[in-house]
Amino acid sequence: MAFVTANWNPLGDAFYRKIELYEMGWNLKDGLRDCLVAAAPYGGPIALLKAHNRCSPSARPQLEIFSSSGLPLASFPWKSGVVKQLGWTVSDDLLCVQEDGTVLVYDLLGGFKRHFSMGNEVSQSQVLETKIFHSPYGTGVAILTGALRFTLATNIDDIKLRRLPEVPGLQGAPSCWAVLTQDRQSKVLVANGSHLFVLDNTACTPVTPPGLSPQASSIVHMCVSFSYKYLALLTDSGHVWMGTSNLKEKLSEVDTKIKAPPKQMAWCRRPKSQQPSAVVMWDGLLLVVGECKETIQYHLDDDSILVPELDGVRIISGTHHELLQEVPGACEEIFKIASMAPGALLLEAHKEYEKESQKADEYLREIKEQSLLSEAVRQCVEAAGHEHEPETQKTLLRAASFGKCFLSNFPPEQFVSMCRDLRVLNAVRDYTVGIPLSHTQFKQMTIQVLIDRLVYRKLYPLAIEVCRYLKTPEYQGVSRVLKYWACYKPYCMPSCMLVYTVVMYLKNELNRGDFFMMLRNQPVALSLYKQFCKHQEQDTLKDLFNQDDDHEELGNFYVKASYKEQRLEARIAHLQSAVDEYYKAKNEFSAKTTEDEMRLLRFQRKLEEEKGEQLVGFSLHDTMTTLLSVGLHKHAEQLYKDFRVPDKRFWWLRLKALAEKEDWEELEKFSKSKKSPIGYLPFVEVCIKHHNKYEARKYVSKVTLEQKVKAHLAVGDVEGAAEAAIERRNESEIGTVLSRCSATTDHLLVERLNRAKATVAKK
Amino acid sequence: MASHLFCGRVNLNILREAARKDLREFLDKCSGSKAIVWDEYLTGPFGLIAQYSLLKEHEVEKMFTLKAGRIPSAAVKNIVFFVRPRLELMDIIAENVASEDKLQPRDVHILFVPRRSLLCEQRLKEKGVLNSFTNIDEYILDLIPYDGDLLSMESESSFRECYLENDQTSLYHAAKGLMNLQALYGTIPQIFGKGECARHVANMMLRMKREFAGSQTQILPVFDTLLLLDRNVDLLTPLATQLTYEGLIDEIFGITNGYVKLPPEKFAQKKQGEGGKELPTEPKKLQLNSAEELYAEIRDKNFNAVGAALSKKAKIISAAFEERHNAKTVGEIKQFVSQLPHMQAARSSLANHTSIAELIKDITTSEDFFDSLTVEQEFMTGVDTDKVSTYIEDCIAQKDPLIKILRLVCMQSVCNNGLKQKVLDYYKKEILQTYGYKHILTLKNLEKVGLLKPQSTMRNNYPTIRKTLKLWMEDANEQNPNDISYVYSGYAPLSVRLTQVLARPGWRSIEEVLKMLPGPHFEERQQVPTGLHKKRQPGENRTTLVFFLGGVTYAEIAALRFLSNMEDSGTEYIIAATKLINGTSWIKSLMDSPEENLP
Repeated sequence: MAFVTANWNPLGDAFYRKIELYEMGWNLKDGLRDCLVAAAPYGGPIALLKAHNRCSPSARPQLEIFSSSGLPLASFPWKSGVVKQLGWTVSDDLLCVQEDGTVLVYDLLGGFKRHFSMGNEVSQSQVLETKIFHSPYGTGVAILTGALRFTLATNIDDIKLRRLPEVPGLQGAPSCWAVLTQDRQSKVLVANGSHLFVLDNTACTPVTPPGLSPQASSIVHMCVSFSYKYLALLTDSGHVWMGTSNLKEKLSEVDTKIKAPPKQMAWCRRPKSQQPSAVVMWDGLLLVVGECKETIQYHLDDDSILVPELDGVRIISGTHHELLQEVPGACEEIFKIASMAPGALLLEAHKEYEKESQKADEYLREIKEQSLLSEAVRQCVEAAGHEHEPETQKTLLRAASFGKCFLSNFPPEQFVSMCRDLRVLNAVRDYTVGIPLSHTQFKQMTIQVLIDRLVYRKLYPLAIEVCRYLKTPEYQGVSRVLKYWACYKPYCMPSCMLVYTVVMYLKNELNRGDFFMMLRNQPVALSLYKQFCKHQEQDTLKDLFNQDDDHEELGNFYVKASYKEQRLEARIAHLQSAVDEYYKAKNEFSAKTTEDEMRLLRFQRKLEEEKGEQLVGFSLHDTMTTLLSVGLHKHAEQLYKDFRVPDKRFWWLRLKALAEKEDWEELEKFSKSKKSPIGYLPFVEVCIKHHNKYEARKYVSKVTLEQKVKAHLAVGDVEGAAEAAIERRNESEIGTVLSRCSATTDHLLVERLNRAKATVAKK
Repeated sequence: MASHLFCGRVNLNILREAARKDLREFLDKCSGSKAIVWDEYLTGPFGLIAQYSLLKEHEVEKMFTLKAGRIPSAAVKNIVFFVRPRLELMDIIAENVASEDKLQPRDVHILFVPRRSLLCEQRLKEKGVLNSFTNIDEYILDLIPYDGDLLSMESESSFRECYLENDQTSLYHAAKGLMNLQALYGTIPQIFGKGECARHVANMMLRMKREFAGSQTQILPVFDTLLLLDRNVDLLTPLATQLTYEGLIDEIFGITNGYVKLPPEKFAQKKQGEGGKELPTEPKKLQLNSAEELYAEIRDKNFNAVGAALSKKAKIISAAFEERHNAKTVGEIKQFVSQLPHMQAARSSLANHTSIAELIKDITTSEDFFDSLTVEQEFMTGVDTDKVSTYIEDCIAQKDPLIKILRLVCMQSVCNNGLKQKVLDYYKKEILQTYGYKHILTLKNLEKVGLLKPQSTMRNNYPTIRKTLKLWMEDANEQNPNDISYVYSGYAPLSVRLTQVLARPGWRSIEEVLKMLPGPHFEERQQVPTGLHKKRQPGENRTTLVFFLGGVTYAEIAALRFLSNMEDSGTEYIIAATKLINGTSWIKSLMDSPEENLP
């Protein structure tokens, strides 16, 4: 415990500490040198792109994405244009701003999502500098073009490009600039030498920071605090001016005594702190400046970058990842050397108690006498939240728990929720996950966002564990994770039961509209749900089709429904709905067919009523067959005309119906009614099928030459067949006839056939 | 018991034994006497794994079929449900369980095949019976050993699910099955594939492998290559009438789970003096697999070559029986007698197959069969595929079985890369008028899966595919085949040609054609642990597992077996499929109104 203050440095009234978060898991050959680097706030991922080599444009740099602990998340060769800037959105998407103003968006696992352009003007005059910023409206992109004009998009998810007014007297790139968010508007603060201007939608307003040191002739660097409330300016004389970002109030000014231009500057201020402080980085040196003249200096071994956070600054180098912050109040109270704060005494008391020393009682009594025990417990709990080492957290929580024993009415919530929070934080800070969130950041970010981040990283089981552990309401927690998980899974593992499970779960959790909307974006889940509905919930299925305006499927739905109906009126009503839907779907064939079906049903019913013949449900073909077989020729004829039955089929129909009835006379009449569209071989064959050789023979002579042999053979007339085959000089036909000759056949005929065959074969 | 599984190049009995072990373990979990209540669908597939004797050894005393209402009474300690994870079955189970006698409680168990399902358990919970179950377990039965070189998932509707309903559950099970297979037979170093589903299965396998990266199997790889093929890459083959012996048995009588049911008349025992005895009415049920020597010999022959093979066999057998007259010494007689059971089995096998062949011959020599086959062959060779076929027209007019019509129309569409809108609409109208308007949904389904389609502006590329892949061989030798085209008397199945070309000279030679076929083609490699790399002896064949996603026909299997047996092929094939199909069962699975008039 003695070591807790080992990394503390005093600055004015406050202390600053630098904590190591990770030793980086990556293995970078040249560290961060010559790299475009972007690290997302709230312990987000880090993107790296080796600077483009202008000499050999063909060499493709590798774009790499790592977790905060340096574990690789994605890596792919950069094949697009020259990248000017990398940055992260509030939802962990990577933005790559190209020279021509095209912005490519990737997810944190390197999947390409989309791209958008910053406008023609930008692409013509090219990007000179760019900054990616976050505001309450989302993630924005600001661009300074080669024409020295600014173009701004405040929210990349709803792009409205704004071109800002010209900066008077600007000859070359401004010495520095930054994006501010004020009065619900994004503005650009730009420094041209010693002049400062604020650019908003309509105007360019010159501004003067109150009390800026007169030695300065130029502002060389500026930065805005995480909350956009404060502004820091660095002048060429080496002074850091700190004030409010509306430039109305000065908070402090410190001389760094270094005149070289810095590499980076960032605010390092925790919420509720009284002292403004900023971190300035040069090659090999890091300086913390506050209100007093003194500064804290840290030596840097390696090229590093600063990542501003809500309550400090993260410093990422090729090998290490650290957090620099003002020591939080509770920690200072407890750990400051010789502190007599109640929390410090309670910690001491608990230590003695562990040693089984009576001194524990003395310390405790001291706190209790001042009635500060509950304050002491609160301090220990709070301090635990700010400590990074689980051991220190545990010591503080044990002390708090110990103190609680002596309080009768102390509400337990704070202690319990801190224990839970820390367990989650320690889990996500773990090297393998690599999200080094502080408790303050976690509270600001909210659990929902943390869950989202885990989901983006596809750490579904962890996300679910976290939700369950924190007892997050299902609709915000487990169901959401499951939804994402399920939606992700089908691409690699359509364990349909998992998807089903999730879908059913969500069905009960979400209202119907939201549920359908969710499904709409998930084709696999949707088709599975449709299958489910097909078997279990017909009406839902209809609603789904309705929502998608899927008229084709709606039509099919009604057709199916019609077959379930016993009553004819209901059937026809369903079919009418189907017709309407098919027309809407522009499926004329289906619509017409279904209309035919309705027409047939009506016809069948009418006839059933009139003639008492069972017809409803028969196909058109069967209806006609029935009508013919009971002698209702006229009605059959009417159907034939109304439904445009092809002649051929109608002839077949009549032929078979008449043969079935053995109405040979009618059949003969029919055969003579006009020229048969199916020829006369069917007449022969059908008669034979009904064992009437006599009738069959009548039609043999009418058969075409090509079918003669077949017809003769069908009626068993081998001689006739032989004649026909020989006449046609067809080898295979002669062969067929020969194969039908038996021992009883006239041997002269066989000889003739053989001779003919030989003659044909010779040719 | 499972001698048919030993005879292949890969011992598939290992797989069967693993499955039996799991089954025994589950049965022993429910100690005491038990009754199994079967989801009827499962009895066939289970028959391939375990006979009743195994169940009996583990105290299964009764078997019932899952039905609504009460379970028939049985004095057993346990009731075990063997079911697929289907919601409608859960409702029945709930009813069964609820009507159990409260006074004499029995332990109730449920075994989900092939996977447990939360959704089903949820349903049981809603019905208030979930707590009644002592054991809820799953029995992973993905790939079932079907024959010495054949694995099947026996998943009836997988083609419909994948291509019509966008439900990829069966693909997940396929991937799981392949992982299980690799656990027993080693990692398969090379994966090739063609088609969307193939890509999907490969992706899942690679992912599963990553997820179980820790548990590398230390088994020398048995398979060199896995080839995943989508059924929709080759829609043509199943539509064609199979002309191998086994294929025709399946086309005409239908083979289910390795068994065929035949009309009993031909199989009546003709015992002397009982001439007048009445004929049996129960269909004759025969098991068909390579354990039967004669069947193994003739199953893959073109039917036209079966007659000769059978009469040759008959001569050998009668010669063998004649031997007894030559047996002089006691030793010789003893030897003859010892062979007698084998010879008698061979004789009864010969009798059975002679009867089957006669039954088939009655059909194949009919004019109908000949006409239909002629039209099929015309389509496959590209004759008049763009016009309405008079033959189909006549068949419709005579109301031939609908499935026959659908097979032919689909075939014409596939061979013409779609039909002219006018032709298509004409066929559709004819079908709907003749067979009923309800079939409109079936026609839509066929259109959705691509079996029927209107011609697009694109050129008909079937002729190019046919020529490049030599899908039609003019002089197919049916008796002594020299090419796979013998299985369809001229048509070489596209799927098997793809397999053949992959082995030699490689798919690179047919890039153009591959692009014309649907879905991506790809190659993946799987790392094999060092030290397990196979050192091939010179002349040693490679082993390839060909997996048909969406089903395989017996004729395709025959063609692959032919390739395995070719002297210079260099590759032996093991075949896996979601299901063994033929044109009829396939089209039937895509229909939306159950058709009564099956051939």
